[in-house]
Amino acid sequence: MIEFKNVSLTYPNGHQGLKNVNLKINDGEFIVVVGLSGAGKSTLIRSINQLVKPTEGELIINGKDTLKCNERQLKEVRRNIGMIFQSYNLVKRMSVLRNVLTGSLGRTGTFKSLFGLFSNEDKELAMGSLARVGIDDKAYRRADQLSGGQQQRVSIARALTQKPNVILADEPVASLDPPTSHTVMKDLKKINKEDGITTIINLHFIDMAMEYADRIIGMREGEVVFDGPVSEVSEKTFEEIYGRPIKEDDIIGAE
Amino acid sequence: MSKQKNKTSVDNGNIAVFHSKTKVTITYILIIVIGLYIASAFYTEAYPNLIIAGMPVVIDFVIYDFFPPNLKYISTVMKALIETWNMALLSTTLSVIFALPISFLAAANINKNKVFYQIVRFILNIIRTIPELILAVLLVAFMGIGVISGIGALFIFSLGILAKLISETIEAIDPNPLEAIRATGANTIQVIRYAVIPQILPQYTSYALYVLEINVRASVILGFVGAGGIGIILKQQTSLFNYGNVSTIILMTFIAVTIIDFVSSRVRERLL
Repeated sequence: MIEFKNVSLTYPNGHQGLKNVNLKINDGEFIVVVGLSGAGKSTLIRSINQLVKPTEGELIINGKDTLKCNERQLKEVRRNIGMIFQSYNLVKRMSVLRNVLTGSLGRTGTFKSLFGLFSNEDKELAMGSLARVGIDDKAYRRADQLSGGQQQRVSIARALTQKPNVILADEPVASLDPPTSHTVMKDLKKINKEDGITTIINLHFIDMAMEYADRIIGMREGEVVFDGPVSEVSEKTFEEIYGRPIKEDDIIGAE
Repeated sequence: MSKQKNKTSVDNGNIAVFHSKTKVTITYILIIVIGLYIASAFYTEAYPNLIIAGMPVVIDFVIYDFFPPNLKYISTVMKALIETWNMALLSTTLSVIFALPISFLAAANINKNKVFYQIVRFILNIIRTIPELILAVLLVAFMGIGVISGIGALFIFSLGILAKLISETIEAIDPNPLEAIRATGANTIQVIRYAVIPQILPQYTSYALYVLEINVRASVILGFVGAGGIGIILKQQTSLFNYGNVSTIILMTFIAVTIIDFVSSRVRERLL
């Protein structure tokens, strides 16, 4: 379980990314965080694995306040959290398989990883993860030779190779076309259902959020302004979250 | 539309490309630079007419003293050339190995400790201000005449260049993969190994070859101060006025350096 208790985050330039956030995220939930750009969605997700560190409050993951973790404990925390980014963030000049194997670095010794000596189980897991997202035939290609959708699936496979309890996805489909976006979302949903991995995704497309989410969290100006199951959400809810009428840009469209 | 004319940009119907202020600045700079040229020619007495007057002497020198090269001297030159090559190869290899960890410390996106970063940068800057010839003179004084002093001088010299070039490459890499690898729970060394090294590898190899080219040329000179290599016999034969031998040395060095530069730059072209 992930619990935010009065979490605030002020950036060094004085901008307040999060304002007194209180949330409880249960194991296995599939949550979509919505809001306009700059609303603090990204800050919310990134504070869970502390790519940005909240300045106030408690952020409790599995009973431990992660804001009090030292460097070594933080790595433990991160090891169990997979992350997917808008721009895939693969190492372009490396093969797909090696990119996926970096998911196992957290449990591989420094010396072994320096020479690329990954265990057989990890290699099998990596290949298996690639197979789950349907691109195991591309394992030995260079990452930058793949299309955007394929690269995003490589990054999902990388996250899977961590054997995570939680997957965070920061605008995972913002750089993809609508059909590819739906494929990626379906992959994430499938993994969530099959492995029971808690999944938290930032999206700004309303229809997509409605289609895939179990629960929706709405953010505006660093505050959580809506939190509820998808059944309670209507177009009006989004207008309240966004603070303006719905526009065409807010909808990605069907497959 | 108002017909108001901007006086600074329109002059007699011609539209000026430069702002008039820029024009003035450029004129001043030109005057200063030309002044510097005249002053340096005056003080060094490098008048153009000297070159024209001296031409026949140069031509005579090349025709009567340099030709023919002494072919019997080839084997001696070959030995010295191989020594020069070995000096360059060893010093480059050592500096390529040692420059890598130093480069990470001299890259602001890896070494987040600002004070430590500035100290590393400062030391590297100092090393780079010392010409390789001075380094060689110092090392010959400490370690005596010989190849080792030459290798040491070239090592320190190329370490400074390489660390500078590589650390700048590191600072220019795409930060996104670093964030992704760090998010998997990897430690700093693993982040460097999997997110940084793959990104800098082509430039790293290219700079290594580039420094090898520099070191081959630099090691030719180092012999003049007794630090080994072809420079030793070049200096010796010049002072003995054995121009046949000097000619052999110069021709063979020219060929060797050209070949090394050619191969190296071809390889570098394919890398990037």
